[in-house]
This record gives sequence, C-alpha cells and structure tokens, in this order.
Amino acid sequence: MFKYFEPNKIFSITSKAPKYVLILFIIVLSIGLIEALILSPEDYKQSHSVRIMYVHVPAAWISLGIFSSITALSIIGYIFKIRNFFLISKSLAPSGFVFNIIALVTGSIWGKPTWGTWWAWDARITSMFILALFYLLYLIAWRIYKDDEKVFKITSIITILGIINVPIIKYSVDWWSTLHQPASINLLSKSSIHTSMLFPLMIMTAAFALFSILIFLMKYNTELIKIKNKGLDRL
Amino acid sequence: MINEIFFMNGYGLYVWSAFLFTLLSFVSLYALIKAQYEREKNKFITKFGILNSEQVAAAETQSINKEILFNINI
Repeated sequence: MFKYFEPNKIFSITSKAPKYVLILFIIVLSIGLIEALILSPEDYKQSHSVRIMYVHVPAAWISLGIFSSITALSIIGYIFKIRNFFLISKSLAPSGFVFNIIALVTGSIWGKPTWGTWWAWDARITSMFILALFYLLYLIAWRIYKDDEKVFKITSIITILGIINVPIIKYSVDWWSTLHQPASINLLSKSSIHTSMLFPLMIMTAAFALFSILIFLMKYNTELIKIKNKGLDRL
Repeated sequence: MINEIFFMNGYGLYVWSAFLFTLLSFVSLYALIKAQYEREKNKFITKFGILNSEQVAAAETQSINKEILFNINI
C-alpha cells in the first residue's frame, strides 16, 4: 500500500494542485471574512469581540490537528522505514507552527477586552505555549541535523514527547480552573454555540485548512526538488 | 453601518488587529515558502543546464525531473 506514497508517483499531482488550492482558498476565505466580520451576530456578553473567535479557534484546532498528524506519520514512518512520511511531516510543520502562533496572539488580543489582561499563565494558554515550543524544537531539529537517520529519530522523539501535551490542551479547561472558557463545540454531545456563529466558524476553519494544504503542497514540492538537486549532483 | 464595522462598539481595534495579524502571518508564510521553492527550482534548472548529453538522458528517464522543469507553476 505504501508504494502509492512514493514521491515520484504523487509529484505529478502535488506539482499541479497548489494553484487550484490557492484559488479555492481565496474564495472560501472571502466568504468566511464577510460572514465573520459583517454577517454574524455580536455576542450578548462579549459584544463584537467574539468575532476574534473566527480566527482564534480554527487556528488552534488546525495547529493541534497538524501536530497529531505529524506524530502519527513520524511513528509510522519510523516503524516501517518510510522516508516519505518524514518528508510529509516536515512539510506540514511550518503551517502548524504558524497556526499555533496565530492562536496564541489572537487569544492574547481577545484576552484583553474579555479578561482584562493580555496574558495569563493558565493551563490552556500555557499548554498551547508548550506546543509552540515543541513545534519550534521540531523545526530546529530539521535545520541542525543533516544525517537522515539521526533527524528521523530525533524528530520522532520530539513528536512523541509533544503529543503528551495534546490531551492536556484539550482537557485543561475541564481539569483545572482556568480563565479560558470550556469548549462550546462538542462532536459527541450538543454544542452550546448558535448556528449563526457556528456557520462562519466552520467556513473559516475550511479556509484555514485549505491554507495549510496549500503551504504543505508548496513545501513538499520544495523538499522533493531539494532531493532531486542532490540527485543531479551524483549523476 | 460603516462605523459599526470599523469601531464595533469599541472592540474594533481588538477585532481588526487579530484579523490583520492572521492575514499578515498567512502572507508572510506564503512568501517565505514560495521564495524557498523558487530558490530550489532555479538551482535545479541551473544544475540541469550544465549536465552533458549522457547525464541529461539519464535524468530524463525520471518523469519527476521533467515535471520540475516544465510543469510547476505555483
């Protein structure tokens, strides 16, 4: 099954896809921005500041999703010795890191009018900050170590240690008394968010997901060309 | 209407700065990855240009090399 993931086979797709993903991203983002900034209602408690949710929440979701994917790919890649899975993980990391920073910064901006402070070392914010550090370690490891075997091993260890933090982020608002509000959206039970706010949130999440796919494809193509450059040197 | 969109009952500065930071991060990341991509592609084209005919024939056996040279435009 893994032979279908060989770079030579999927490059013909990944090389052509970015331009279509970029067009789709611009369309979905435009709809999302109109919904989030103009059409969606203000909150009865937080007034217009609730609109920050439309960038803060999708960014946090996607950064968590990407880190979980990187971990799964690194573990499978390490066990089955699939070099391409590490390449995919490496290409996913930049957008995951940027989404993590967006979640922290927009959360801080949202905190000022809501809690009266830009920053608090509460469980949710601190655990998200720790995730950003794991992303940073992961990206630095790829820059420092040039030997493939060594970098595969070290990045796998970083992701395994980092993934312990992911359930802590998720359940931090339930386990500890935090400034951060509990989850408003639950997959298994009824969500407490109204559909007039849920709709723009979903559109913005789709736009952010498309952006991460776009960055992934561009980075993946770059990494493949880098490998091919080394190949040309050996001819 | 326009005033409400800009000022948002006094929350405009917070809301707009959060959205602007997000969009600025998107543009910066896109520009950075695009620059890396262009650099590697130009390196590939330069290296391909200095190969001799035998090496070109060997390189052209892999379809991925042709894709890099002719098909990619982000």
